[in-house]
Amino acid sequence: MADLRTNVGTVDLPTPVLTASGCAAAGRELAPFVDLAAIGGVVTKSIMAEPRSGRPTPRMVETPSGMLNSIGLQGPGVEAFLAEDLPWLLAQGARAVVSLAGGSTAEYAHLARRLAQAWEDGLRPTAVEVNISCPNVANRGLVFACDPASSAEVVRAVRDALPPDLPTWAKLSPDVTDIVGIAAAALDAGADGLSLVNTTLGLSIDHRTLRPTLGGVTGGLSGPAIRPVALRCVYQVAAAFPDVPLVGIGGIRTGWDAVEFLAAGASAVQVGTVIFNDPSAPARVAEQIGLALDELGLGAVADVVGAAHRPRPGREGA
Amino acid sequence: MNEVAPTPASPVQRTCTVLRSSRVAAYTRLRLAAPEIGSAAAPGQFVAFAVGGPTSSLLLRRAVAVYAADADGIEVVVAAHGPGTQWLTRRQPGDQVDVVGPLGRPFPDPDRPGPVVVVGGGYGAAALVGLTARLRRQGRPVTAVLGAASADRLFGASDLEGLGAAVLVSTDDGSLGTRGLVTSLLSGSSGSAAAAVAEAAAVYACGPMAMLAATAAVAARVGVACWCSVEESMACGIGVCMTCVLPVVGADGRTRMVRSCVAGPTFDGRAVRWADVGTVPPDTVGAPRAGAGH
Repeated sequence: MADLRTNVGTVDLPTPVLTASGCAAAGRELAPFVDLAAIGGVVTKSIMAEPRSGRPTPRMVETPSGMLNSIGLQGPGVEAFLAEDLPWLLAQGARAVVSLAGGSTAEYAHLARRLAQAWEDGLRPTAVEVNISCPNVANRGLVFACDPASSAEVVRAVRDALPPDLPTWAKLSPDVTDIVGIAAAALDAGADGLSLVNTTLGLSIDHRTLRPTLGGVTGGLSGPAIRPVALRCVYQVAAAFPDVPLVGIGGIRTGWDAVEFLAAGASAVQVGTVIFNDPSAPARVAEQIGLALDELGLGAVADVVGAAHRPRPGREGA
Repeated sequence: MNEVAPTPASPVQRTCTVLRSSRVAAYTRLRLAAPEIGSAAAPGQFVAFAVGGPTSSLLLRRAVAVYAADADGIEVVVAAHGPGTQWLTRRQPGDQVDVVGPLGRPFPDPDRPGPVVVVGGGYGAAALVGLTARLRRQGRPVTAVLGAASADRLFGASDLEGLGAAVLVSTDDGSLGTRGLVTSLLSGSSGSAAAAVAEAAAVYACGPMAMLAATAAVAARVGVACWCSVEESMACGIGVCMTCVLPVVGADGRTRMVRSCVAGPTFDGRAVRWADVGTVPPDTVGAPRAGAGH
């Protein structure tokens, strides 16, 4: 079978398939279903400074080939995460990617400083993913990821506070006019890689009440329904920044879905919503990538990364 | 106060063959070949089904209580609410389904000797049959109080009678048993259901949220332990999606939004803030603060 190893910049991974943030908690609940040390990595649920209750129910509604969620970043806060969740995940031999979320640049910076202290104490995750799809309290609740300057400010604050050896990926939202512009801002601010993409905002109306179904009114749409949108984002950003490490995310369910993202320019992918359907997906999709590469006659993941941007064979000089 | 139901064994994910499908009242009873799940499952636990096959547009798992379990497999009772559960109810012997289980915390035994009361709403009674069998083996008298919208939606009466339980029935439309809600049987000032609760070592309930809330209130009023199995909407059933939360008071007296799939579905009826289900009470740990954005 094809060699499944890949790398996202300086990060070496045994397979290209990680779990997406918010779809695997901090790994513990997935352990009965996949070998956490063997999959590409576990991206944690986004960590915030304080414990957080999240939003009222209903928090979820099933939609065609996907779902809307409005969890509201429920979580234990960074101190409990560093005391319990991260040590557990690292002890399993998993490659942990810590997702950070905040309501202000100062909150992101605080989280990065806490991670830097933990790093000094030997608690060493593989990478940090900055979830910038959060409302900026200081800017009328406008989502950081929708504004190049806010995106850059957050990424710079995190990058400056983290150890130089800890790669920082910025996770971008598809809900923007020009994702290449946001990518450029995040890269200028020091992002070592980009995770593309977060959920896209949607709405469901309850048939009985004729009011929004979700407690939080709007929700993030995920699952195969958004896959073409996510793939387009990866393709556009890869075309603009061919040397930047990209992680593709959005509705990946099978090995061939993942191969599409690799061909579009991602060097790894994350699976999210499909985990709810199939908790073995992080391992299954990797195995299916191997079968797909075999079928293509390709020996390694690197052979397919960015293939969609290369000229079609046989057309040279046409 | 605030006791937690027992910690379960690790779940597994298996492709299981349907061995039998039969109609029971308005529901479909499925038997699955699932030796690992069946051997590990305890009353009060549930399984989560993937529906529609590997290319299904319905991605979320359907959580269904375990009705019966043994070394060869499990049985479940499915109510066809929508396209996903309809797909499940159409499975025929020989079909294969992807099952994760057993999931959630099972019903604990009462902490003292004596009789028990089980309260079931509609197909929720399926979760109480295995429990009743266990309690009967312990020699406990069991009173079962079953309610449903109509006679065809009542489940479990003959099973529970067969186990030697005294069964009391109510239907909303009066088509079987006493007309009215099951909780009116429990809270009546006279009548055998109310008396049975007052004398019980514990009450167990599974059914709609309003029925659980009312049952928990009745039990609390007479100082009887009450274990409620909640049915919150879930995407995964295994604890990763964070959608099935409800406000529960912990041993430290503080309210948290807890996942009904892994912290429940069995909860101490006194710990759930029933009136606040569907909200985040302001005193919840990490509740949004005014002006902080959320």
